[in-house]
Amino acid sequence: MTTTLPSASGAAAVRQPRTRVRSLIRAIPLAPAIILMLVFLLGPIVWALYGSLTNTALSGPNAANPQFVGLDNYRQLFTSPTFPLSVVLTLIFVVASAVVGQNGLGLGAALLLRRASKPVRLIVGLVFVGAWVLPEVVAAFAAYAFFHNTGTLNALLAGIGITGPNWLYTYPMVAVILANIWRGSTFSMLVYSAALNEIPDEIKESASIDGAGGFAMFRLITLPMIRRAMAANLLLTTLLTMSVFALIYIMTAGGPGFDSTTLPLLAYQEAFKFSRVGYGTTVAVVLLAIGAVFSVIYVRLLKPEVDI
Amino acid sequence: MVIEERTRPVERVIPPESPAPQVRDRVASPSRRVDAVIVNTVLVLVAAVFLLPMVWLVLSAFDPAATLVLHLPEGLSIGNFRDVLNVDQTFRPLWNSALLSFGTGILTLAVGVLAAYPLSRYQSRFNKPFLYTVIFGTCLPITAIMVPVYALFVSLNLVDSTIGTILFLSASSLPIAIWMAKNFMDSIPVSLEEAAWVDGASAFRTLRVIVLPLMKPGLAVVFLYTFIGAWGNFFVPFVLLLDPAKQPAAVAIYSFFGQHGSVDYGPLAAFSLVYSLPVIVLYIAVQRLMGGSGALAGAIKG
Repeated sequence: MTTTLPSASGAAAVRQPRTRVRSLIRAIPLAPAIILMLVFLLGPIVWALYGSLTNTALSGPNAANPQFVGLDNYRQLFTSPTFPLSVVLTLIFVVASAVVGQNGLGLGAALLLRRASKPVRLIVGLVFVGAWVLPEVVAAFAAYAFFHNTGTLNALLAGIGITGPNWLYTYPMVAVILANIWRGSTFSMLVYSAALNEIPDEIKESASIDGAGGFAMFRLITLPMIRRAMAANLLLTTLLTMSVFALIYIMTAGGPGFDSTTLPLLAYQEAFKFSRVGYGTTVAVVLLAIGAVFSVIYVRLLKPEVDI
Repeated sequence: MVIEERTRPVERVIPPESPAPQVRDRVASPSRRVDAVIVNTVLVLVAAVFLLPMVWLVLSAFDPAATLVLHLPEGLSIGNFRDVLNVDQTFRPLWNSALLSFGTGILTLAVGVLAAYPLSRYQSRFNKPFLYTVIFGTCLPITAIMVPVYALFVSLNLVDSTIGTILFLSASSLPIAIWMAKNFMDSIPVSLEEAAWVDGASAFRTLRVIVLPLMKPGLAVVFLYTFIGAWGNFFVPFVLLLDPAKQPAAVAIYSFFGQHGSVDYGPLAAFSLVYSLPVIVLYIAVQRLMGGSGALAGAIKG
């Protein structure tokens, strides 16, 4: 227990340091968590900010003695042909697979599941969750087989008389986008199901008494009531999709050429394949900055609701 | 007083479920019935498409002549499993996965619960900024920092270290673990501890004797959630563990898969099934513990 000096005159003056000591003691259990996160999360982020200003390499003279090169990496980044392509591909990947695909399909499935018969609800729920709990590597392997030139998709297309293209080479982005929708929609479906469950029945009841049809009900009642969940889900799926690595890396390895190299793959390839760690770190910093902007919006969005 | 004990529990971790009788369902008009048929058909079709890659995986694992296309095998056999279930190809990678996942799960749980205790029990002006930082950290794309993390590991001489990888995996799963643990702890009334404090028990003792036993399901959820995350993680061990003898199953499957050359798809599918099985079992366990509402849905709703 903390000891207090007996003091007749300044009770307030004594209490100040005493409570400070006590709040420090009470914060001790936080120390291991803070140390771990400082060393392994904040450390790399700070190092990335510095490393992006150097020409660090994996091997060669620049590995032992990296030079400070200022904003050279950034200048190079914005003038290279691969970086803008990679940004565009990341944007396409996020918008098509997360914003449109996962959210659309997740919301659609959540809405339909409420009207489905019980056995259908059970089976569909199981299948969706199955695609979601498979480890990423296994999902990527299954998706690779599905979209392969001699895979299931082209066999199905051949069944109805269409010669399917070589998806992984001709349309690599289409393949990885569909694979990510397959894998990620369940998350959105669970979020939307929970949100839909929280709409009070009285509201829907009175709306239907007032003569609101299916679509009017959705637009005027359901949509406004799940708006928060929708915004939170859009941000979360965007953040998750932006950092997808294994799925794309295993299905196409970013290829052919750079045709499916999103930012995480570009950072990895620059650093480890082309041994330009400084340059790869610069890509990582850009990705981190985009992620940070979305995270801040997400935290602000949750703020009034989260009661800490 | 700057600091006050929290006097009232925050009584919401799991949102109450409302099994809602649908108003419009009571009237079964002909158009309603057509609607229902369409709804069911659409859902079953989507589910069928979703199921195809998974069915391929399962059938190929038991097919002695597996190819990339989904087809009914001539005959089922467990030959693929027999081919792949040996120390080098399966058991060592699975053991490495287990080491990484158990280590990460236990470390994250211990550190996360310790951190959650003051955040849940004492009110301090640092709580809010700390928790917002934690949510912010939950969102950051971890793949973006793997290049700098590799550089950090080189300078700390931690590359190829299982312990180093566990430390990093723990640090990256801590934000969500602290968040979940705090929410579970908030649902336990503080009045029980107050009685113990009056009797002179220390905060650490009340945590151990009173709080932890009461939040066992919550502890299990945090552990399992972290475990599943570590088990499925590919990128982190792929970058930090270069020695094949230390790599977990996620990386071993990728090496097996090769650089898109010709591969034995049957054994690979068999290995994938064996590797996926624990995650599926544990996921069901989490569902049971959470009483039906998804662990993730609960976590992001706060």
